[in-house]
Amino acid sequence: MAVTGLILIGFLLFHAFGNFKLLIPDEGAEFNEYSHLLRRLLYPILPPMFFLWGFRIFMLAATGLHLYSAYKLTGRRWSSAGVSGRYVSQKPSTSKAHSYAARTMIWGGIIIVLFVIMHLLQFTAQVLTFGYPDGTTTLEPYDRTLAGFSEWWVVLVYAIAMLAVCVHVFHGFWSAFATLGANVSAKSQGVLKGLAVLISAALYFGFMIPPVLILFGVIGQ
Amino acid sequence: MKVTLRIWRQAKQDAQGRMVSYPLDGVSEDMSFLEMLDLLNEHLTKQNEEPVAFDHDCREGICGACGVVINGIAHGGEHTTTCQLHMRSFADNATIDIEPWQAGPFPVIKDLVVDRTALDRIIQAGGFISANTGSAPDAHAVPAPKRESDKAFDAATCIGCGACVAACPNGSAMLFTSAKITHLAMLPQGQPERYSRVKGMIAQHDEEGFGGCTNIGECSEVCPKGIPMETISQLNRDLISSLFKGTGK
Ligand code: HEM
Ligand code: FES
Repeated sequence: MAVTGLILIGFLLFHAFGNFKLLIPDEGAEFNEYSHLLRRLLYPILPPMFFLWGFRIFMLAATGLHLYSAYKLTGRRWSSAGVSGRYVSQKPSTSKAHSYAARTMIWGGIIIVLFVIMHLLQFTAQVLTFGYPDGTTTLEPYDRTLAGFSEWWVVLVYAIAMLAVCVHVFHGFWSAFATLGANVSAKSQGVLKGLAVLISAALYFGFMIPPVLILFGVIGQ
Repeated sequence: MKVTLRIWRQAKQDAQGRMVSYPLDGVSEDMSFLEMLDLLNEHLTKQNEEPVAFDHDCREGICGACGVVINGIAHGGEHTTTCQLHMRSFADNATIDIEPWQAGPFPVIKDLVVDRTALDRIIQAGGFISANTGSAPDAHAVPAPKRESDKAFDAATCIGCGACVAACPNGSAMLFTSAKITHLAMLPQGQPERYSRVKGMIAQHDEEGFGGCTNIGECSEVCPKGIPMETISQLNRDLISSLFKGTGK
């Protein structure tokens, strides 16, 4: 859970960084080039698409193991703490944000899975053609991105999904390090939780800045 | 003072339990929570009703026998054991809900009494050191570094009451197990079995059906001894190291 979660976080940080190429005012030349390069990375040492498929399989394996661990953890939780209504009287909510994030990991995770399926159908498979006519597969990555995020509801769906990612990573980041043994003192707990805030905020803003700028017409004029 | 108690009554392990209300008058605010329950039981006994079963022993916060969920919080939320909780922590005319620890590996035996032998089996799986008998060695024969022995001492304050399990949303006994691991891992006497111990105890913890730890932290919040979350990270460090040592199961 911890190792695969950190791999996924690492991927997200890089993904958000890559998306910032949308901000370069060159009509998407560098963004498209980035996308094309990914498809032929390490070519001609390896055949085209070889690296990309290797990486996809790696990410799929990390996600699969992460989901499997989540499934096992949830099963163990149900058999020890019960499925619901463990105590008749409700503990007064101490309203600690951290505890909220920690308890809703599974729900955040499920929202993220649904989102990732939608996201891949939109940008990788090009089955969901938000903002442009069905059946079109000739648009460059940059143009597909502009088309999608010129619809306000697409941006809204992304904003909600990124909130789920943000909350999930907020607990996940610190928890992963604690599981790996890095929580050595009250001070290191403070550092880890502080980093968790930074990283989850960086992911939220990192992912949301390009879509919002596209929606308001700042990008793509 | 006067209180209304709503108490979990369950005749035996496989019986259906339910909350039953009991008004109780003449409670002094200097009474401990258990003395208040004694008072209720005196009344119940006089009225020929079955007294409420609850666990207790030392009544001074050192044995770990007592422990109930009070208003949804294990041990009542005053960072102490149920026996050391006093009625002055409650308002006059308060309604107080009292329930047993609930967790799959802690079956209710009767009313507020649960079977916590699962914790004993975790100890049996490695929570000890092996030492030769004979005359007692010199107190200072084996030097123990100050910092580590302090940590060991802090972890050793765990009384095994099970509040961590009762409070954990995952029903995990990780805080308990890690306190025992840390206690022994910090001392020279604990070294020979250090890595087989952590593997054995975790295997037993999982086999008993406790949930997995996801670092939520509710356990430390209710621990009457204030065992911190760092203890769990210590266990995890030892568990990871144990993968590289060919010891134990
Ligand atoms: C794909 C759908 C996902 C599901 C169903 C899912 C589910 C879960 C669940 C149930 C946990 C429970 C552990 C806990 O309660 O602390 C968890 C932990 C975690 N998740 Fe996810 N997750 C998903 C995606 C992600 C993504 C995209 C990331 C990275 C951004 C991520 C990073 C983490 C991390 C770092 C942990 C903490 C590991 C630990 O507690 O040691 N997860 N996930
Ligand atoms: S009765 Fe011994 S700790 Fe409460």
